[in-house]
Amino acid sequence: MAMKTYIQAIAEATVEEMERDETVFTMGEDLRQSVYGATAGLVDRFGEDRVIDTPLSENGFFGAALGASLCGMRPIVETVTSFLWVGMDQLISQASKMRYMFGGQAELPVTFRIRMFYARGAAAHHSDRNYPIFMNTPGLKIICPTNAYDAKGLMKTAVRDNDVCMLFEDGIAISSRAEVPDNEDLPGGELLVPFGVANTVRAGSDVTVVGIAGGVQHALDAAKVLEAEGVSLEVIDPRTLVPLDIETILNSVERTGRLVVVDPAHKMCSAASQIAASVAQEGFWSLQAPIQVVASEQVNVPYSPALEPLIYPTPEKVVAAVRTVLD
Amino acid sequence: MELDRQQLEEMYRRMCRIRYFEEAVIKIHSSGELIGPAHPYIGEEAVAVGVCAALRDDDRIAGNHRSHGHPIAKGGDVKRAMAEILGKVDGFCKGKGGSMHLADFSIGILGESGIVASSVPIATGAALASKLGKKDFISVVFFGDGASNQGACHESMNMAALWDLPVIFVCENNGYAITTSYRNSVSVDHVSDRASAYGMPGVLVDGQDAIAVWEATNEAVVRARAGEGPTLIEAMTYRFEDHSLGLDRIVKSQYRTQEEVDEAKMRDPLDIHRAAIISHGFTTDAECDEIEATVKSEIDEAVEFARNSPFPEPGDLYDDMWATPV
Repeated sequence: MAMKTYIQAIAEATVEEMERDETVFTMGEDLRQSVYGATAGLVDRFGEDRVIDTPLSENGFFGAALGASLCGMRPIVETVTSFLWVGMDQLISQASKMRYMFGGQAELPVTFRIRMFYARGAAAHHSDRNYPIFMNTPGLKIICPTNAYDAKGLMKTAVRDNDVCMLFEDGIAISSRAEVPDNEDLPGGELLVPFGVANTVRAGSDVTVVGIAGGVQHALDAAKVLEAEGVSLEVIDPRTLVPLDIETILNSVERTGRLVVVDPAHKMCSAASQIAASVAQEGFWSLQAPIQVVASEQVNVPYSPALEPLIYPTPEKVVAAVRTVLD
Repeated sequence: MELDRQQLEEMYRRMCRIRYFEEAVIKIHSSGELIGPAHPYIGEEAVAVGVCAALRDDDRIAGNHRSHGHPIAKGGDVKRAMAEILGKVDGFCKGKGGSMHLADFSIGILGESGIVASSVPIATGAALASKLGKKDFISVVFFGDGASNQGACHESMNMAALWDLPVIFVCENNGYAITTSYRNSVSVDHVSDRASAYGMPGVLVDGQDAIAVWEATNEAVVRARAGEGPTLIEAMTYRFEDHSLGLDRIVKSQYRTQEEVDEAKMRDPLDIHRAAIISHGFTTDAECDEIEATVKSEIDEAVEFARNSPFPEPGDLYDDMWATPV
């Protein structure tokens, strides 16, 4: 057992999967120099054929990763949320659709590792939190690890999964630390976290708070504040948005009767919208109060440090939402 | 390398197969049996057949919305193609794909794509897999003059040349992207002129001459398998029918003159190939007639097969979405 950062956990998962399976290779921009931190030393260890620096051609290399995966390779593509737009045609027209439209003939074992910068002055073009858009498109698995343990376990599961996996690395969470067990101490000899299984991070009885990505930490911080006032929050981290473990959330709301959803995405058609709608539809009779959503303001991201922080969820906003739902 | 009698006859057979298949598709569209768009390959048969004659079964191809010719040229089963076009369960894709998404992975057909140029990066990736996996299969992508302007094309060609990937880019220049002449969309005289800008050979070929197409492709195949990288082949061809079936009901003005169409039809690729193989003594008129008759029966059987094949059940709707379901 050791304390590791989220990035270290992703890096470890990558090395383990590349050692285990020679068809796994990584591709993306500036991987060899590890500009995004998770691929340091990878090219020295595995060689240039398995650690490929691509030209600035997202549509081209996303598609190339898909084509390679159709022919026996298992690519890990590293990119950034804001650059997904450049490759949208390959993600939507091909990645999400090929298996189905070809009647199951196409196998696409690609993992996209997508860094999500925000709340750090990166301004309008580099602050996207766009996982909800990919939830709406049938055919893509959406993974949002919030801590180092889940980052390692979900990353390994994603690489082995034979569907297209989009793993969003929350930019606020990437320097967080958590206990990550050593392989020798694990029953199967390695850390694998399954998709579609939410984690109840903190058990509680008064209000269910579902946190998406960086929203989990805000929920936990709010829980500490409210604990002092005798309010008990149950904090749930879905970990994967597609597949989504709505059952765990519904079971919790059945006990608490109150739901707050915390999501760094813009509020319209966010992951929070979907979860709120599902609970309103399937758990209506459990609810004692209207659902509260704490998501990012529906406005583009301004640069100024005086304005940007106003957009995103904070522990204070979560506390306020909990008070509202208890009112 | 030379083509032998068997290969030359097979090329004629496959060109006939495409031609009669497309004529049958036109009939079932007129009768209302075929729902949705279809884009006939009539007039372009020599391109797909000439290219595929130079390929192995394990070489991969990817195509575009003018989608029936490539799979048939690669050896695809016309019964399953016709069933797919009618949305039936015995189609290549269990009826889930339709005309524009024919695919048969068992013979290297990685699928036809409805979004123009969208399959070009996919084919480039297949070549990447071959190189990384130290295999020797190659990959071919068919795209049009219109598609050649998409970013996906430029990005793919750059990567392919940069990394010496065994991919052949085949531009089927039929002169038009729906109603837009390529002279109004491509900034240079020929799409193949762009090849040197990427650092790969560019070859211009008469796309109505299947043997010429084969020669150009074969040279590119040899290069690719030798690890020398990609080639851009531009096959000048012409589509005898409209862009899609029924387009004339929407687009009233003539974007091509009747004279131009009539003149193009005088260079029918089936006639050209048939005349060439007979005049060189590889076969006879009677044998070609027999090939035609046999293929006509095959197509009739394919239509019958497709009509008799059942539609998928409502319960099939959610199948084939995932390797591990959500």
